[in-house]
Amino acid sequence: MKRSIAFVVLLMMPCLLRAGEIPATGRRSGYSFMAPDTRAMQDDDTANPGMLWVMEGESLWAKQDGASEKACADCHGDARESMRGVAARYPAFDQVLGRPVDLEQAINLSRTRHQQASPLAHESRELLALEAYIAEQSRGMPIAAGADPQLAPFVDKGRELFMTREGQLNLSCANCHDDNWDKRLAGSAITQGQPTGYPLYRLEWQSLGSLQRRLRGCVTGVRAQAFEFGSPEMVELELYLMTRAAGMPIESPAVRP
Amino acid sequence: MAKALINVPAKARRGDVIEIKALTSHIMETGYRHTAAGEIVPRDIITSFTCRFNGAELFRADFFPAIAANPYLSFFMIANDSGKLDFEWIGDHGFSTTASASLSVVE
Repeated sequence: MKRSIAFVVLLMMPCLLRAGEIPATGRRSGYSFMAPDTRAMQDDDTANPGMLWVMEGESLWAKQDGASEKACADCHGDARESMRGVAARYPAFDQVLGRPVDLEQAINLSRTRHQQASPLAHESRELLALEAYIAEQSRGMPIAAGADPQLAPFVDKGRELFMTREGQLNLSCANCHDDNWDKRLAGSAITQGQPTGYPLYRLEWQSLGSLQRRLRGCVTGVRAQAFEFGSPEMVELELYLMTRAAGMPIESPAVRP
Repeated sequence: MAKALINVPAKARRGDVIEIKALTSHIMETGYRHTAAGEIVPRDIITSFTCRFNGAELFRADFFPAIAANPYLSFFMIANDSGKLDFEWIGDHGFSTTASASLSVVE
Protein backbone atom coordinates (compact mmCIF):
# COMPACT_ATOMS: atom_id res chain seq x y z
CA MET A 1 0.00 0.00 0.00
CA LYS A 2 2.74 2.41 1.07
CA ARG A 3 4.67 1.61 -2.05
CA SER A 4 1.69 2.27 -4.28
CA ILE A 5 1.08 5.66 -2.59
CA ALA A 6 4.72 6.56 -3.17
CA PHE A 7 4.31 5.51 -6.79
CA VAL A 8 1.22 7.70 -7.24
CA VAL A 9 3.03 10.68 -5.67
CA LEU A 10 5.96 10.10 -8.00
CA LEU A 11 3.62 9.99 -10.96
CA MET A 12 1.93 13.22 -9.91
CA MET A 13 5.08 15.25 -9.44
CA PRO A 14 5.75 16.04 -13.08
CA CYS A 15 2.04 16.78 -13.45
CA LEU A 16 2.48 19.96 -11.37
CA LEU A 17 4.29 21.33 -14.39
CA ARG A 18 1.91 19.79 -16.93
CA ALA A 19 3.02 18.26 -20.19
CA GLY A 20 5.42 20.25 -22.31
CA GLU A 21 5.94 23.19 -19.94
CA ILE A 22 9.53 24.26 -19.47
CA PRO A 23 11.00 23.73 -15.98
CA ALA A 24 12.71 26.73 -14.31
CA THR A 25 16.13 25.16 -14.82
CA GLY A 26 15.53 24.61 -18.54
CA ARG A 27 14.58 28.20 -19.41
CA ARG A 28 16.65 29.70 -22.19
CA SER A 29 16.69 33.25 -23.43
CA GLY A 30 16.43 33.90 -27.16
CA TYR A 31 19.98 35.20 -26.77
CA SER A 32 21.31 31.67 -26.38
CA PHE A 33 19.86 30.69 -29.77
CA MET A 34 21.60 33.54 -31.62
CA ALA A 35 24.72 33.50 -33.76
CA PRO A 36 27.93 34.96 -32.21
CA ASP A 37 27.71 38.10 -34.41
CA THR A 38 24.23 38.98 -33.17
CA ARG A 39 25.23 38.29 -29.57
CA ALA A 40 28.20 40.62 -29.94
CA MET A 41 25.86 43.31 -31.25
CA GLN A 42 23.68 43.05 -28.14
CA ASP A 43 26.63 42.91 -25.75
CA ASP A 44 28.30 46.08 -27.01
CA ASP A 45 26.28 49.16 -26.01
CA THR A 46 27.87 51.18 -28.82
CA ALA A 47 26.89 48.58 -31.43
CA ASN A 48 23.41 47.82 -30.07
CA PRO A 49 20.96 50.04 -32.01
CA GLY A 50 18.48 49.71 -29.13
CA MET A 51 20.70 52.11 -27.21
CA LEU A 52 19.69 54.87 -29.67
CA TRP A 53 16.15 54.60 -28.28
CA VAL A 54 17.47 54.46 -24.70
CA MET A 55 19.35 57.73 -25.31
CA GLU A 56 16.22 59.32 -26.74
CA GLY A 57 14.18 58.01 -23.79
CA GLU A 58 16.64 59.58 -21.39
CA SER A 59 16.06 63.01 -22.91
CA LEU A 60 12.26 62.48 -23.04
CA TRP A 61 12.34 61.54 -19.34
CA ALA A 62 13.51 65.05 -18.51
CA LYS A 63 11.27 66.85 -21.02
CA GLN A 64 8.17 68.70 -19.81
CA ASP A 65 4.93 67.65 -21.48
CA GLY A 66 1.17 68.14 -21.23
CA ALA A 67 -0.95 70.74 -19.41
CA SER A 68 0.82 70.01 -16.11
CA GLU A 69 4.11 71.16 -17.64
CA LYS A 70 5.83 68.38 -15.75
CA ALA A 71 8.45 65.93 -16.90
CA CYS A 72 8.64 62.29 -15.80
CA ALA A 73 11.70 63.33 -13.78
CA ASP A 74 9.74 65.97 -11.81
CA CYS A 75 7.82 63.23 -9.97
CA HIS A 76 10.01 60.14 -10.40
CA GLY A 77 13.42 61.79 -10.06
CA ASP A 78 16.42 59.95 -11.38
CA ALA A 79 15.19 56.95 -13.38
CA ARG A 80 18.40 55.10 -12.57
CA GLU A 81 17.08 54.77 -9.03
CA SER A 82 13.30 55.14 -9.23
CA MET A 83 12.81 52.87 -12.25
CA ARG A 84 15.23 50.17 -11.17
CA GLY A 85 13.41 46.82 -11.25
CA VAL A 86 10.14 48.31 -12.50
CA ALA A 87 10.20 46.61 -15.92
CA ALA A 88 10.83 43.26 -14.21
CA ARG A 89 7.49 43.61 -12.37
CA TYR A 90 5.26 44.53 -15.33
CA PRO A 91 2.48 43.87 -16.39
CA ALA A 92 1.14 44.97 -12.97
CA PHE A 93 -2.35 45.41 -11.54
CA ASP A 94 -3.92 48.85 -11.93
CA GLN A 95 -6.37 49.53 -9.07
CA VAL A 96 -8.42 52.10 -11.00
CA LEU A 97 -8.92 49.96 -14.10
CA GLY A 98 -9.18 46.73 -12.10
CA ARG A 99 -6.98 44.86 -14.54
CA PRO A 100 -3.30 44.45 -15.40
CA VAL A 101 -1.52 47.03 -17.54
CA ASP A 102 1.81 46.60 -19.27
CA LEU A 103 4.71 49.04 -19.10
CA GLU A 104 3.61 50.95 -22.21
CA GLN A 105 0.10 51.38 -20.82
CA ALA A 106 1.53 52.43 -17.45
CA ILE A 107 3.58 55.14 -19.19
CA ASN A 108 0.50 56.38 -21.03
CA LEU A 109 -1.66 56.25 -17.87
CA SER A 110 0.94 58.33 -16.10
CA ARG A 111 0.88 60.77 -19.01
CA THR A 112 -2.92 61.18 -18.96
CA ARG A 113 -3.39 61.08 -15.18
CA HIS A 114 -0.42 63.10 -13.98
CA GLN A 115 1.03 65.03 -16.90
CA GLN A 116 -2.37 65.79 -18.49
CA ALA A 117 -0.74 64.87 -21.78
CA SER A 118 -2.15 62.81 -24.64
CA PRO A 119 -1.22 59.11 -24.69
CA LEU A 120 1.57 58.14 -27.08
CA ALA A 121 0.66 55.85 -29.99
CA HIS A 122 1.60 52.17 -29.86
CA GLU A 123 4.99 51.51 -31.49
CA SER A 124 5.63 55.25 -31.77
CA ARG A 125 9.25 56.25 -31.44
CA GLU A 126 8.60 58.25 -28.26
CA LEU A 127 6.74 55.48 -26.45
CA LEU A 128 9.35 52.87 -27.39
CA ALA A 129 12.11 55.25 -26.34
CA LEU A 130 10.60 55.84 -22.88
CA GLU A 131 9.89 52.13 -22.48
CA ALA A 132 13.44 51.23 -23.51
CA TYR A 133 14.93 53.76 -21.11
CA ILE A 134 12.83 52.47 -18.21
CA ALA A 135 13.43 48.81 -19.08
CA GLU A 136 17.17 49.37 -19.34
CA GLN A 137 17.21 50.30 -15.63
CA SER A 138 16.23 46.69 -14.82
CA ARG A 139 19.01 45.09 -16.84
CA GLY A 140 20.27 41.93 -15.19
CA MET A 141 17.46 41.86 -12.63
CA PRO A 142 15.30 38.72 -12.39
CA ILE A 143 11.79 38.85 -13.88
CA ALA A 144 9.30 38.98 -10.99
CA ALA A 145 5.94 39.78 -12.63
CA GLY A 146 2.66 38.25 -11.48
CA ALA A 147 3.46 38.02 -7.76
CA ASP A 148 0.41 40.17 -6.87
CA PRO A 149 -2.46 37.75 -5.99
CA GLN A 150 -4.93 40.07 -7.77
CA LEU A 151 -3.20 39.08 -11.01
CA ALA A 152 -3.82 35.34 -10.62
CA PRO A 153 -7.03 35.14 -12.74
CA PHE A 154 -5.33 37.17 -15.50
CA VAL A 155 -2.27 34.92 -15.52
CA ASP A 156 -4.66 31.97 -15.92
CA LYS A 157 -6.41 33.67 -18.84
CA GLY A 158 -3.08 34.37 -20.49
CA ARG A 159 -2.02 30.78 -20.00
CA GLU A 160 -5.25 29.61 -21.58
CA LEU A 161 -4.62 31.86 -24.59
CA PHE A 162 -1.09 30.46 -24.84
CA MET A 163 -2.43 26.90 -24.88
CA THR A 164 -5.37 27.48 -27.26
CA ARG A 165 -5.05 26.45 -30.88
CA GLU A 166 -6.13 29.13 -33.33
CA GLY A 167 -5.93 30.30 -36.92
CA GLN A 168 -5.95 28.43 -40.22
CA LEU A 169 -2.83 26.53 -39.16
CA ASN A 170 -4.62 25.57 -35.93
CA LEU A 171 -1.56 26.05 -33.73
CA SER A 172 -1.23 27.29 -30.18
CA CYS A 173 1.79 29.20 -28.87
CA ALA A 174 2.63 26.10 -26.81
CA ASN A 175 2.80 23.86 -29.89
CA CYS A 176 6.00 25.62 -30.91
CA HIS A 177 7.39 27.38 -27.84
CA ASP A 178 6.76 24.67 -25.20
CA ASP A 179 6.90 21.52 -27.31
CA ASN A 180 9.33 22.24 -30.15
CA TRP A 181 11.65 25.02 -29.02
CA ASP A 182 14.71 22.82 -29.56
CA LYS A 183 13.90 22.47 -33.27
CA ARG A 184 14.06 24.80 -36.24
CA LEU A 185 11.38 26.30 -38.47
CA ALA A 186 12.81 26.80 -41.93
CA GLY A 187 16.32 28.12 -41.14
CA SER A 188 15.47 29.77 -37.85
CA ALA A 189 15.56 28.55 -34.27
CA ILE A 190 12.03 28.30 -32.83
CA THR A 191 13.15 29.44 -29.31
CA GLN A 192 11.17 29.27 -26.09
CA GLY A 193 9.55 32.67 -26.59
CA GLN A 194 10.88 34.12 -23.32
CA PRO A 195 10.18 37.88 -23.16
CA THR A 196 13.46 38.85 -21.51
CA GLY A 197 14.65 41.68 -23.74
CA TYR A 198 11.67 43.85 -24.72
CA PRO A 199 11.48 46.37 -26.12
CA LEU A 200 14.12 44.92 -28.43
CA TYR A 201 15.85 45.73 -31.71
CA ARG A 202 14.87 43.16 -34.27
CA LEU A 203 17.08 43.06 -37.34
CA GLU A 204 14.08 41.95 -39.40
CA TRP A 205 12.14 45.05 -38.29
CA GLN A 206 15.13 47.38 -38.68
CA SER A 207 13.73 48.99 -35.57
CA LEU A 208 12.96 48.66 -31.90
CA GLY A 209 9.62 46.98 -31.22
CA SER A 210 7.41 45.93 -28.33
CA LEU A 211 6.46 42.46 -27.13
CA GLN A 212 2.94 43.13 -28.46
CA ARG A 213 4.33 43.71 -31.95
CA ARG A 214 6.17 40.39 -31.72
CA LEU A 215 3.06 38.58 -30.47
CA ARG A 216 0.96 40.02 -33.29
CA GLY A 217 3.56 38.79 -35.78
CA CYS A 218 3.36 35.28 -34.35
CA VAL A 219 -0.47 35.24 -34.31
CA THR A 220 -0.60 36.46 -37.90
CA GLY A 221 1.93 33.73 -38.72
CA VAL A 222 -0.52 31.00 -37.72
CA ARG A 223 -3.10 32.80 -39.94
CA ALA A 224 -5.22 34.00 -37.04
CA GLN A 225 -6.70 37.46 -36.47
CA ALA A 226 -4.23 39.25 -34.19
CA PHE A 227 -5.48 40.99 -31.04
CA GLU A 228 -5.38 44.78 -31.17
CA PHE A 229 -2.49 46.65 -29.56
CA GLY A 230 -3.34 47.29 -25.91
CA SER A 231 -6.24 44.83 -25.82
CA PRO A 232 -6.82 42.93 -22.53
CA GLU A 233 -5.93 39.64 -24.25
CA MET A 234 -2.54 41.02 -25.30
CA VAL A 235 -1.74 42.11 -21.76
CA GLU A 236 -2.87 38.75 -20.34
CA LEU A 237 -0.58 36.96 -22.78
CA GLU A 238 2.29 39.28 -21.87
CA LEU A 239 1.60 38.66 -18.18
CA TYR A 240 1.58 34.89 -18.61
CA LEU A 241 4.82 35.03 -20.61
CA MET A 242 6.49 37.07 -17.87
CA THR A 243 5.42 34.60 -15.14
CA ARG A 244 6.60 31.78 -17.43
CA ALA A 245 10.01 33.50 -17.56
CA ALA A 246 10.13 34.20 -13.79
CA GLY A 247 13.68 34.55 -12.52
CA MET A 248 15.28 35.10 -15.94
CA PRO A 249 17.41 38.26 -16.16
CA ILE A 250 16.11 41.30 -18.08
CA GLU A 251 18.24 42.08 -21.18
CA SER A 252 16.49 45.21 -22.48
CA PRO A 253 17.14 46.51 -25.02
CA ALA A 254 18.03 43.15 -26.56
CA VAL A 255 18.93 42.44 -30.19
CA ARG A 256 17.22 39.60 -32.05
CA PRO A 257 17.55 38.42 -35.67
CA MET B 1 18.93 65.15 -29.24
CA ALA B 2 21.80 62.74 -29.28
CA LYS B 3 21.46 60.71 -32.44
CA ALA B 4 24.77 58.87 -32.68
CA LEU B 5 26.77 56.41 -30.62
CA ILE B 6 30.54 56.65 -30.99
CA ASN B 7 33.05 54.22 -29.56
CA VAL B 8 36.66 55.41 -29.61
CA PRO B 9 39.17 54.33 -26.97
CA ALA B 10 39.88 57.40 -24.81
CA LYS B 11 43.56 56.53 -24.59
CA ALA B 12 45.93 54.69 -26.89
CA ARG B 13 49.67 54.16 -27.06
CA ARG B 14 51.53 55.82 -29.94
CA GLY B 15 51.51 53.52 -32.95
CA ASP B 16 48.58 51.40 -31.74
CA VAL B 17 45.95 50.37 -34.27
CA ILE B 18 42.61 51.41 -32.78
CA GLU B 19 39.06 50.60 -33.82
CA ILE B 20 36.50 53.35 -34.29
CA LYS B 21 32.80 52.46 -34.22
CA ALA B 22 30.01 54.78 -35.24
CA LEU B 23 26.28 54.04 -35.06
CA THR B 24 23.60 56.52 -36.00
CA SER B 25 19.84 56.65 -35.99
CA HIS B 26 18.23 56.71 -39.44
CA ILE B 27 15.32 54.89 -41.12
CA MET B 28 17.17 54.38 -44.46
CA GLU B 29 13.96 54.27 -46.50
CA THR B 30 14.96 52.72 -49.82
CA GLY B 31 12.57 54.53 -52.17
CA TYR B 32 11.56 51.18 -53.67
CA ARG B 33 8.71 50.39 -51.29
CA HIS B 34 5.05 51.10 -51.94
CA THR B 35 2.24 51.97 -49.55
CA ALA B 36 -0.96 49.88 -49.43
CA ALA B 37 -2.45 52.49 -51.80
CA GLY B 38 0.33 51.84 -54.35
CA GLU B 39 2.24 55.08 -53.91
CA ILE B 40 6.02 54.98 -53.70
CA VAL B 41 7.45 55.77 -50.27
CA PRO B 42 9.98 58.49 -51.09
CA ARG B 43 13.63 57.66 -50.66
CA ASP B 44 15.12 58.92 -47.39
CA ILE B 45 18.66 57.70 -46.82
CA ILE B 46 22.01 58.85 -45.55
CA THR B 47 24.16 59.51 -48.62
CA SER B 48 27.56 60.12 -47.10
CA PHE B 49 29.57 59.66 -43.94
CA THR B 50 32.84 61.39 -43.15
CA CYS B 51 35.24 61.06 -40.25
CA ARG B 52 37.94 63.71 -39.82
CA PHE B 53 40.89 63.60 -37.47
CA ASN B 54 42.10 67.07 -36.47
CA GLY B 55 40.37 68.39 -39.58
CA ALA B 56 41.96 65.95 -42.04
CA GLU B 57 39.74 63.37 -43.69
CA LEU B 58 40.35 59.95 -42.18
CA PHE B 59 37.51 57.84 -43.56
CA ARG B 60 34.65 58.50 -45.95
CA ALA B 61 31.81 56.30 -47.18
CA ASP B 62 28.98 56.74 -49.67
CA PHE B 63 25.71 55.13 -48.64
CA PHE B 64 23.12 53.54 -50.91
CA PRO B 65 19.53 52.28 -50.51
CA ALA B 66 20.61 48.69 -49.72
CA ILE B 67 22.23 49.75 -46.45
CA ALA B 68 20.21 48.81 -43.35
CA ALA B 69 18.47 51.23 -41.02
CA ASN B 70 20.54 52.71 -38.19
CA PRO B 71 23.83 52.13 -40.06
CA TYR B 72 26.82 50.96 -38.08
CA LEU B 73 30.38 51.51 -39.30
CA SER B 74 33.63 50.23 -37.92
CA PHE B 75 37.09 51.18 -39.20
CA PHE B 76 40.65 51.44 -37.96
CA MET B 77 43.34 54.10 -37.60
CA ILE B 78 46.88 54.27 -36.33
CA ALA B 79 47.09 56.41 -33.22
CA ASN B 80 50.01 58.73 -33.91
CA ASP B 81 48.84 61.92 -32.24
CA SER B 82 46.27 63.08 -29.73
CA GLY B 83 43.36 64.92 -31.25
CA LYS B 84 39.71 65.23 -32.04
CA LEU B 85 37.62 62.99 -34.27
CA ASP B 86 34.66 64.62 -36.01
CA PHE B 87 31.91 62.52 -37.51
CA GLU B 88 29.34 63.74 -40.00
CA TRP B 89 26.41 62.04 -41.66
CA ILE B 90 24.65 63.78 -44.57
CA GLY B 91 21.49 62.55 -46.24
CA ASP B 92 18.29 63.20 -48.19
CA HIS B 93 15.94 66.07 -47.29
CA GLY B 94 18.75 68.04 -45.69
CA PHE B 95 19.54 65.39 -43.07
CA SER B 96 22.70 66.10 -41.13
CA THR B 97 24.07 64.76 -37.84
CA THR B 98 27.43 65.36 -36.26
CA ALA B 99 29.29 63.84 -33.36
CA SER B 100 32.79 64.03 -31.98
CA ALA B 101 35.20 62.16 -29.77
CA SER B 102 38.68 62.83 -28.47
CA LEU B 103 41.68 60.58 -28.47
CA SER B 104 44.67 61.01 -26.25
CA VAL B 105 47.90 59.30 -27.22
CA VAL B 106 50.36 58.33 -24.49
CA GLU B 107 53.92 57.13 -24.97
